[in-house]
Amino acid sequence: MRAWFFSENAYHLLPDPKEYDSIRVKLPNRYYDPKIGADLYHRFIDEWKIAEDLGLEIMVNEHHQTATNLNPSAAVVMGALARDTRKARLLILGNPIANRREPVRVAEEMAMVDVYSRGRLECGFVRGVPYEISAGNHRPTRMQERFWEAHDLIVKAWTSHDGPFNWEGKYFHHRQVNIWPRPYQEPHPPIWITALSPASAREVGERGYVAACFLTGFEGTKTVFGSYRSRRDELKLPTAALDRFAYAALVYVGETDEEGYAGARKLMWYLESNKVPPQFTSPPGYHPTASTVNAMKGTNPGIFKMFQNPALGPLMDAGLVFAGNPDSVYRQIMKMYEHVGGFGHLLIMGQAGFLDHDETVKGMQMFVREVYPRLKELV
Amino acid sequence: MANDRPGWLNVHGVTLEILERGQGRPILWLHGEDGLDPAAPFLDLLAAHGRLVAPSHPGFGHSPDANNIDTVDDLAYLYLDLLAERNLRDVIVIGSSLGGWIAAEMAVKSSERMGGLVLVAPLGIKIGDRETRDIPDIFALPPDEVTRLQYRDPARAALDHAKLSDDQLTVIARNREATALYAWEPYFHNPKLKRWLHRISVPTLLLWGADDRFVTAAYYGAAYRGAIPGARFETIDGAGHFPHIEEPRAFAERVRGFLAERKA
Repeated sequence: MRAWFFSENAYHLLPDPKEYDSIRVKLPNRYYDPKIGADLYHRFIDEWKIAEDLGLEIMVNEHHQTATNLNPSAAVVMGALARDTRKARLLILGNPIANRREPVRVAEEMAMVDVYSRGRLECGFVRGVPYEISAGNHRPTRMQERFWEAHDLIVKAWTSHDGPFNWEGKYFHHRQVNIWPRPYQEPHPPIWITALSPASAREVGERGYVAACFLTGFEGTKTVFGSYRSRRDELKLPTAALDRFAYAALVYVGETDEEGYAGARKLMWYLESNKVPPQFTSPPGYHPTASTVNAMKGTNPGIFKMFQNPALGPLMDAGLVFAGNPDSVYRQIMKMYEHVGGFGHLLIMGQAGFLDHDETVKGMQMFVREVYPRLKELV
Repeated sequence: MANDRPGWLNVHGVTLEILERGQGRPILWLHGEDGLDPAAPFLDLLAAHGRLVAPSHPGFGHSPDANNIDTVDDLAYLYLDLLAERNLRDVIVIGSSLGGWIAAEMAVKSSERMGGLVLVAPLGIKIGDRETRDIPDIFALPPDEVTRLQYRDPARAALDHAKLSDDQLTVIARNREATALYAWEPYFHNPKLKRWLHRISVPTLLLWGADDRFVTAAYYGAAYRGAIPGARFETIDGAGHFPHIEEPRAFAERVRGFLAERKA
C-alpha cells in the first residue's frame, strides 16, 4: 500500500460561528488576512516537502469560495510542489472538470505540471462537492454527462500529437485543439476519479482508473469498490489490482491512544466547522432524486447525520477516522482493508484546523516509522 | 370534472404528462417552476371557459426527462409543435413565471395559432445592469426566504413533508431539478428575449400579483409591459408571485374577461 499526505490548506482563524450562516460560498473574505494566509501557504508547502522527505507521496485538492480550503487552483500549488520536490508522486484529486469552463485549459495545466515534475503527476478528476456549484455557477443537473465529455476531451488533447483536432460536443466547443506542452508520461498521467456512488464506480471500473473514496466508511466504501469490481467482471475485463482503489480518512498516529485521539480531534475541525445551509448542500439535481426524497423525509443514512454532529467515537467506529497508537491505527486500517476487499492507496488527511506544524509533522513521522512499513507489505 | 387524471401525450418523440379538461376554445396552460398540481382549484375555473390543455414540461411532474431538451427555447418549439400536431387554432396561451417565459418565447417565434397571450408574472428578460440581480437567486436563498418572496401568505405554501406520499415528494424534487435544468444559467432569462418581444402581435394581457415580492409589478412588470406593444397590464390584489394559487377566482375572472373580449 502507498500512503499519500493530504492537507486542505484551511484558513482556520474563523469568526464565531454565530456570526455567519455558511463557511462555504458566502463567508465574506474580509475574514481572511492575506499576511497570515501567506504564512500558512508556506507552512503547508513545507509540510508537503517533509512528507516527501519521510517517504510519503503528495496529494493536493481544490475547493472554491471556502475557508476550509485555500487552494482554488490545485494546478498552481502543484506547480510550486513540482519544482520543490524530487521523488514523490504528485496527486491532484482533483480537477473539478464538470465545473471548469475550459477542459483544454485543464489539459494544458496538467501537462505542464507533468513535464515540470518530470512525469510524477497523478491526475484526478472529481465532480466536486455540492457547495462548488454556486461558486462555479455551473448547472447542477446532468453533471455526469458534462463530466465525461470534459474527460474525453482532456484525454484526447493529451494523446493527440499530429496537430489540431476538432471538438464540437454537447457542452464544449474547440475547433483547433493542439496543446503545448504535451504530457511527460506516455500515453498520459495516470487518471484517478473520486467515486462516491455505485453508478459512478461502474463507470470508473469500466475504464480501469483508480477509484478513490472519501470518508465513505465501511459500507459506503465496500459498495463502491464492489461495484467497480463487479462491473469489470460483467465486462470480462481483467480483475483490478489493489492499486486501482484508494481510501481517504482522517488519520493521526500518536505514541499512545490518547495522543492519537487528541490529534484526531483537532483534525475533526474540518467536519465541525463545515457549517453549510441546505441550499448549498443540496442544489437541485446534484443528488439523485431518491436521496432528495429521503432527505425530505429525514431518512437518509446515518453517515449524513454523523457529519452534522461529529464525535470521535462514532467516526472511528464508522471508519472515517483512524487514530490512536501505531498498533491501534494499523488494526483500524486493516479492518477497513479486509472489509472492502482491499485497497492500494491510503489518502491521509493529516492536517486541519488547529493541528499545528509540530503536531502535524509528528503525526506523519509516527505513521511513517510505526505503521507504514507494515502497510507497504500489502501489494 | 371530466378527464380528471392526467394522461400522456407524445409530441415528436417527447413524452408529456398532460391534463385536459373542459370544452370549447383551446387554452394552453404552461406551469411555472412550482409545477402542475392536478388538484389546484384554478384549473377547473379555467376549464369552465374552454378546453384546458396543461402539460408538465419534460422533467416536471411525471413527465420523463428528454435527452435533447434542456432550454426554454426547446420548450417553446416543443409547444409550438404540440399546437401544430393537434391542429389547434386561436389558442389562448397562458403561462406563469417560468411558464410565462416559455409562452413569451413561443409568441416571439410564431403566433400563427394563437388568439391571445396571458403572461402571469412572467420571467425571462434581463432588465438591470450586470450587477443588478433582477430575480432573487432561489438556489442561494434559504428555502423559507424563497417562499416569503413568492407568496403573499407564505403559510399557504408551507408543506408538511411527513404528510406527503413518496410520489408527491418525488414530484417536488423533480420540479426543482427541472427548474435548475432550464433556468440555471443564464438565470431565469434569455439575454436576447427583451430585444425581440416587440414581435408579439397577438393581444397580450400581463397579470401580476399586487403583492409579488419576487419580481415586482413596478419593476419587472413595467419592463415587460414596455417591451410588448399594446400589452394590457392588470394586477390582482391579495396575491404574490403565483396569483392563480393565492387568488384563483380573481385570476380566472381576469382570464374570462380577456377571453370574452376576443370571442373567436
